[in-house]
Amino acid sequence: MHVHRFEKLWIGLSLLLIAAFIGIVLFGFTVMNLKVPGVETGETVDPATVLSEGPFAQPGVRKVSDNHYEVYMLAQQFLFRPGSTQPLTLPAETKVTFHMTSPDVMHGFEVPGSGLNATVIPGQIATFSTRFPEAKTYGIICHQYCGSAHHNMQGEIEVVPPSEFDESNLISQ
Amino acid sequence: MTFVNHYPKAARIVKANLIVAFVALSIGGFFGLIQALHRTDVFRGFVSSVGYYDVLTGHGVLLALVFTTFFITGLYQWGVTRTLEREPESSTFSWSWFVMMLVGTTMTATAILGGLVPGSGLSAAVLYTFYPPLQAHPLFYIGAALLIVGSWLAGADWFWTYRKWRADNPDARIPLQTYMVIFTWLMWYLCSLGVALEVVVLLIPWSLGIVEKIDPLLPRTLFWYFGHAVVYFWLLPAYFVWYTILPKLSGGRLFSDPLARIVFIFFLLLSTPIGYHHQYADPGISLVYKMWALIMTLVILLPSLMTAFTVISSMEHGARQRGGSGYFAWMGALPWGQPAFVGCALAGIMFAAGGFSGMINASLNIDMLVHNTAWIPGHFHLTVGTATALTFMAITYWLLPQLTGKEIKFKNLALAQPYTWFIGMTLMSNALHRQGLAGVPRRVSEPQYAGIDYEVPFGTMAEMDWQVAIGGTILFVSLVLFITVIGGTWWKGAPATDVDDVIPPALSGPEHSPKILDNLTLWMGVAVVLVLIAYSLPLAEMVMDGLFSPGAFPAPM
Repeated sequence: MHVHRFEKLWIGLSLLLIAAFIGIVLFGFTVMNLKVPGVETGETVDPATVLSEGPFAQPGVRKVSDNHYEVYMLAQQFLFRPGSTQPLTLPAETKVTFHMTSPDVMHGFEVPGSGLNATVIPGQIATFSTRFPEAKTYGIICHQYCGSAHHNMQGEIEVVPPSEFDESNLISQ
Repeated sequence: MTFVNHYPKAARIVKANLIVAFVALSIGGFFGLIQALHRTDVFRGFVSSVGYYDVLTGHGVLLALVFTTFFITGLYQWGVTRTLEREPESSTFSWSWFVMMLVGTTMTATAILGGLVPGSGLSAAVLYTFYPPLQAHPLFYIGAALLIVGSWLAGADWFWTYRKWRADNPDARIPLQTYMVIFTWLMWYLCSLGVALEVVVLLIPWSLGIVEKIDPLLPRTLFWYFGHAVVYFWLLPAYFVWYTILPKLSGGRLFSDPLARIVFIFFLLLSTPIGYHHQYADPGISLVYKMWALIMTLVILLPSLMTAFTVISSMEHGARQRGGSGYFAWMGALPWGQPAFVGCALAGIMFAAGGFSGMINASLNIDMLVHNTAWIPGHFHLTVGTATALTFMAITYWLLPQLTGKEIKFKNLALAQPYTWFIGMTLMSNALHRQGLAGVPRRVSEPQYAGIDYEVPFGTMAEMDWQVAIGGTILFVSLVLFITVIGGTWWKGAPATDVDDVIPPALSGPEHSPKILDNLTLWMGVAVVLVLIAYSLPLAEMVMDGLFSPGAFPAPM
C-alpha cells in the first residue's frame, strides 16, 4: 500500500502533537498539582438520609489542622449550603478540601476565576482541594441544570487573610 | 437518468428521511434563535426563563438526535443503494424502520413541546442529556427508544443489501461509501447499546413508577458511554461526504481510498471507550479511567488530522486540475461559486477550529477551566453545528436533483446560504468560547448573576452578548434561506436535463491495500475488547451495590 511521503511526515507530526498534549496534561497533574475530582474513598451516601445523618447533616467548615480546613457543602434545589444565604468564609493561603453532595438532583459547582469545577451527584461525594491565593470575594454558580430555578442558584465565597479568619463559626468534629 | 430513475424505491425512502430531518432542523433552529436572544437578555419575549428549558430541550433533541439521525439514514441509504447498485431488499422492511423512527420522534417531541402548553399534563424539560433524577414524561423515553431501535433496523436493512451483494461479488472490495456506512453503523450498534440499556432498563420503568428511586451516576455513565461516540455518529457522515464527494466537487479525485478506510477503522475502535472525558469533573469515577480516556481521546485526533490531510490534498488536486497553481494561490481556483462545494469547504475550516477547542476539552485538568461553561456550546456549534449541519445542508444541493430529478431553484440564495452560516457561526462561536473562559455557564436562561462579575480575558461581556445575539440571528436567516431553496426546488423546480451524479475513482484505489482492512469481524472484535477494558470494572462497581442504589427520588420536570 502506497502512502505519500508528505502524508507520512504529516502523520509523524500528528503523533508528536498528540504526545505533547498528553505530556502537558501529565505535567500539570504531577508537577503543578492540577487535579480533578475522582474516587477518594469509594464511599457513597444515601440521598434520602443525607440531610439527617452523617457529616452533611451539619454542613459547614471544619478544622483538620492549623493549615488545613475542610468544607462539607450541600448543593440542593436551589441553594448552596453554606454559600447561598450567607457567604462561605475561608482563609487565604491555606489548604481547603471540599466535600459536596446533593439530596435531590445533580448540581454543578463552579467558582469563576478560581478553576474550581465539579459535578455534584446525589449518592456520590465530590472531593477536591484548593488553596485560595489571596483575600477576595468569589461567586459560586450552579452550572449543571437542576430545574426551573436553576438560573437563580448561586452563592459566595469570602476569602479573608488567614489572620482575620474567625474560627468561632467552625463546626466542631 | 439519475438515482431517482435507477432506484425509485430507495429514492422515496431517502426523500422521506430528508423531509423529517429538515422539519426537525426548522423547529430546532428557531428554538436556537430564541435561546441566543434570551440568554444574552436582548429579547426575552418568546418564553419565560423557565420555559427556556423546554425550548433548550427541544433544540438539543430535534437537532442533535432527530435532524442528524434522519439525515444520516437518508444519506446512507443513498450511498448503499448507489454503490452496491441494488434497491432495498424489501420496501416493507425499509418503510417499517422509517415509520418506527418517525413514531418515536413524534412521541418524544410531543412530550417536550407539551411543556410549553399549560395544562397539557406533558413535560420533558430534562435537556438533551436527560440526567435523572430529573424526570420527563414516559413518552419522552419511549419515543427515544423507538428512534434508536428504528435506526438499528435501518442498519440491518443495509447489512441485508450488503450480504446479497457479497453473495454476487465474493471477491470484490467493499465500495468505499458502503464501507463507511458499515463502519459507522458498527460503531453505532456498539455505542447506542449504552443509551438503549439506560432508557429501557432504568429510565422507562422508573418514569412509569414501577421503581421509585434511581441511582443518578449509573445512567449518567451509560449516557456518556453513548454520548461521545454519538459525536462521531454525527461526524462520520460528514467525513463520508468530504472523502467521497467533496474531491469531485473540487474538480478532482480522492487522494487515497485505503487511508480513508484506516481512518474509519480508527473511529470504530476509539469512539466509544472515551466517554469518561465528559465526566472529568464527576465524583465516583476513578482517576485511572479518566487518564485512560484522556489518552484515547487525544489519540483519536490522529484520524481527524489524517482526514484534514487527505481532504485538503484532494481539494488541491482538484484545484490544479482546474488550472490552479502556486503554493497557496491554487485555493483561488476552487469553485467558490458553487454552494455544495462552498458549504463543505467552509464546514471543514470551522471543524479545524472546533477540533482545537476540543483538544482543550479533552485535556483533563485544563478542562476544569471550561467544563460546563459557554465554551462547550461554542465548541460543538463548530463541530456538530457546522462541520455536520453545514455539510449536510450543502450536500443536499448536490443530492436533491438526483433524488427528485429537478434543478435547484434560487441558486443565488443557495450560494449565499453557506457564507451566511459561516459568518453567523464565527460571531456566535468565538463569543461563546470567550464567555466560557470568563466562567459564564452553559444551559442557563439567565447567566447574569447579582454580585458576580465575570473577569473577561479580552473584549467585554456586552460585546460578546451582542455577537451571540447577532450571530444567532444570522444563522437563523441562513436556515430560512436553506429551507426556501429546498422547498422551492421540491415543489417548483424545473425538470433537470443533465444531473451531475458521477463520482470518479480515487487516485490511489483499494486494489493494493491489505484485505484485512475489510475484515468486519476482526475490527468489531477489537472495538468490543477496548470497550470492555474501559467500562467493565467501573460499571460493575456501580451495579454491584444495587441497580437503583444509592437511590434518589424523581424530580419531575
